[in-house]
Amino acid sequence: MKARVHVTLKTGVLDPQGKAIGHSLNRLGFPEVGDVRQGKYIELELAETDKAKAKQRVEEMCRKLLANTVIENYSIELVG
Amino acid sequence: MKAAVLVFPGSNREVDVAQAIELVTARKPVMVWHGDGDFEKTDLIVVPGGFSYGDYLRCGAMAAQSPVMAEVKRRATQGVPVLAICNGFQIVTEAGLLPGTLMRNAHLKFVCRDVHLKVESSQSLFTNRYQQGQVLRIPVAHAEGNYFADADTLKRIEDRGQVAFRYCAPDGTVDGTGNPNGSLANIAGVFNESKTVMGLMPHPENAIESMFGGCDGKPLFEGLVEALS
Repeated sequence: MKARVHVTLKTGVLDPQGKAIGHSLNRLGFPEVGDVRQGKYIELELAETDKAKAKQRVEEMCRKLLANTVIENYSIELVG
Repeated sequence: MKAAVLVFPGSNREVDVAQAIELVTARKPVMVWHGDGDFEKTDLIVVPGGFSYGDYLRCGAMAAQSPVMAEVKRRATQGVPVLAICNGFQIVTEAGLLPGTLMRNAHLKFVCRDVHLKVESSQSLFTNRYQQGQVLRIPVAHAEGNYFADADTLKRIEDRGQVAFRYCAPDGTVDGTGNPNGSLANIAGVFNESKTVMGLMPHPENAIESMFGGCDGKPLFEGLVEALS
């Protein structure tokens, strides 16, 4: 089974990198771009076959290492 | 005072801080490798600056999970003082020993220069040789020093006097002009609740010799020796 984890900054946390990306896109001729938020995408190959168990384990991974819950949210998608 | 200095793959200020400690104690600190789950008992543990684990995932995130940090957490809970500088500050916040976190500098640039710091509290092991309100000049060198905490945490640390240092102008004014990285409330260093753990982004170990630009960092180490010997 594969887990796809998205880690994003919480609402209200300033994202200077997202802002810089937005400015660059505006400069490159994409004036329609407003607020930009940058995050991380992490793909995990898992030996687990039980979806519920896998979800629980990946949540633990997110809390312990993959996300800093002071500033970040995470979402988990299981495929396969 | 006997000190331990942790060394991670990618640490680069461990020798600087070891020299600062040796200068004030005439005793070499014990250098402890990140894979060591146990090490000699010491009066102080220092988590030095650098780029532990190449800053992968988030600054300090990997180092915070290393065997040595599990032991540091145990000892910190027992009251062993921990001084965490720059990447060390990032590591101990990731390890949950200090509140808040360090984010990418607001201007996105690496900043390497002297800054001014206002001493917020002289009532600690780390700051007893300073006066409250004293202005220090100490260098910073980081790209992720932008202190952030949510509103509740910020209120709590302000109410409990856990802010150790704030970035300020040379005259001590705390405003945007003296803030090198966008830190919330100009926070440059914080304590844990019991003030036995302190983390700061500036490098006091690089301000200990006047011929190298100033010695405002030296009293921090002298104060520790006085408190812990």
